[in-house]
Amino acid sequence: MSEQEFLIRVRGLKNQFGDQVIHENLDLDVRRGEILGVVGGSGTGKSVLMRSIIGLQTPAAGTIEVFGENTIGREETEATEIRKKWGVLFQGGALFSTLTVAENVQVPLKEFYPKLKPALLDEIAGYKVVMTGLPANAGPKYPSELSGGMKKRAGLARALALDPQLLFLDEPTAGLDPIGAAAFDDLTASLQKTLGLTVFLITHDLDTLHAICDRVAVLADKKVIAVGTIDELLALDHPWIQEYFNGPRGRAATDAQDRIAARDHDRDAGNDPASLQAQRR
Amino acid sequence: MSASADFSHDRADGGGVLRFTGNLSLAHVGDLPERLGEVDGPVSRIDLSQVDRIDTVGAWVVHRFARDRDVAIDGLNPDSQHLFDQVAAADDPVVRKEKSLSPPLRVLEEIGDAVSGSARQMLGLLGFMGATVLAFINVLRHPRRFRFNATVQRFEVVGVSALGIIGLMSFLIGMVIAQQGAVQLRQFGAEVFTINLIGRLTFRELGVLMTAIMVAGRSGSAFAAQLGTMKLTEEIDAMRTIGVSPMEALVLPRVIAAIVMMLLLGFYASIIAIIGGGLLSWAQLGIPPITFVTRIREVVPITDLYIGLIKAPVFGAIIGMAGCFHGMQVESDAEQVGSRTTAAVVQAIFLVIVLDAFFAIFFAWIGWI
Repeated sequence: MSEQEFLIRVRGLKNQFGDQVIHENLDLDVRRGEILGVVGGSGTGKSVLMRSIIGLQTPAAGTIEVFGENTIGREETEATEIRKKWGVLFQGGALFSTLTVAENVQVPLKEFYPKLKPALLDEIAGYKVVMTGLPANAGPKYPSELSGGMKKRAGLARALALDPQLLFLDEPTAGLDPIGAAAFDDLTASLQKTLGLTVFLITHDLDTLHAICDRVAVLADKKVIAVGTIDELLALDHPWIQEYFNGPRGRAATDAQDRIAARDHDRDAGNDPASLQAQRR
Repeated sequence: MSASADFSHDRADGGGVLRFTGNLSLAHVGDLPERLGEVDGPVSRIDLSQVDRIDTVGAWVVHRFARDRDVAIDGLNPDSQHLFDQVAAADDPVVRKEKSLSPPLRVLEEIGDAVSGSARQMLGLLGFMGATVLAFINVLRHPRRFRFNATVQRFEVVGVSALGIIGLMSFLIGMVIAQQGAVQLRQFGAEVFTINLIGRLTFRELGVLMTAIMVAGRSGSAFAAQLGTMKLTEEIDAMRTIGVSPMEALVLPRVIAAIVMMLLLGFYASIIAIIGGGLLSWAQLGIPPITFVTRIREVVPITDLYIGLIKAPVFGAIIGMAGCFHGMQVESDAEQVGSRTTAAVVQAIFLVIVLDAFFAIFFAWIGWI
């Protein structure tokens, strides 16, 4: 039953471009229903790892199983059953520039379910667009008319078009303002909860890691050096991990998380500042 | 495994209950939305307690029905309640594409757009030519700002790399002219005039014209695509902020390379075409090369060479400027790089041919016949 427990199993993965080895003997498991954050310095091959898993990059060695099926060396036309079950959000959104946002969302639907009626297709595209936090009038817009953050949301709407079980997000909050990034985190978490999603999340955003990730995988020295909750990782004595989570930004994110937790706790206890003031009046 | 989505309409207890069963998800929803639309009679309650699995599509279909009929939904566990809340919150009609006009009006609109677009484009190109000349004057006044290395590199790309293809093309054109000329002129017993035809046609018209078309296709398109991509990746903006003028750093080297190389390539193409024609005359008409060369010197006035050499740099300037202009016009997306590249080539070739016609009239008028 291991394939039920682990949606993604990577074993002994090796990737190299020319002489440059990106991954060597990399192992990684992603459990069903978790949000796994993947972190690592620039150039450690986070995106390459994702591309290997979704079959855009053929590794030099190793095995990759997604939903219990090998994805290496498959032709693009093969493995459509697996492709139906995942959605991918690329860094820049990767929207099709000749289609409107709503049409972009419909592309996977039309591809995999050609029998859907146009009216229902339009409705599905509609609620997906609104669900990802875009205004309704963004539907008929072309990608070139959208801001960076809106492109990401539109990309997410397309990634979610098929109600996938597995979602790959490549730096979803990079380039978003803090409010937008927090909203994106909330969105990811609530979608994960309602749809039972498994999320493979590449990020540099420490707030995102603290807020929504169940486990974090750290990429360094050409492999995954550690996987675990942030607390577990903090207990490790690896210089990069310590620097990452205990550096000035890491601490700020931890503090912010503590403050949020404290505020929520206060509010639950009925004594948050706003209600206290109200009582005084 | 999982059953496809289905429902039953139970009218027993007064109001009527819709009971959904099976897998209410995208893959299994089937024709349920249509059948749901055909439900008649009163429905007071929707029961989802027997549903195996539900995703946003299933939730949407049920939500839409409940919304239209104003019916309550029962039997939700907390997770699917959350799902329904999210879908309901996202219920805001979205237009897929802006409505377009009716066909007759659209034809009018497109004609109008095309006309005003090409007028604007010609004006823009004119402005761009002015800007290029200004940049050139600027560089003349401050010669240190001239990008010597970039220009020489363009020389290689535009000129040296094109030698093979332009040579082959001209050689074949020379042979075709000779062959066709020989066939036609034989009817009058005037085969020897084939040499006049080859010499005058290639120096005066075809050598330069065909080279211009080839350079427009090879280099004009490359200019537009390069500058367009640089515009998209904000390289040109970065250049401006550093204080480097893109006109001086990118446009001038390309335009100068196009001008100089057109001059050299045009001459080269004419010579190769004459060689091709000479070889064919030797093979088909039995005119030995030495006679051919002597005849060429007798029948081709030097003004023919001048005409070619005057036209070539003008064509080069047109090609270079059209390419750079369209490249700089790229604004939003990758598709524009493609359409602008096409526009650059089409406009360059069009202008070259129009100008060629004007040149023909002009040179006839000043007596270089």
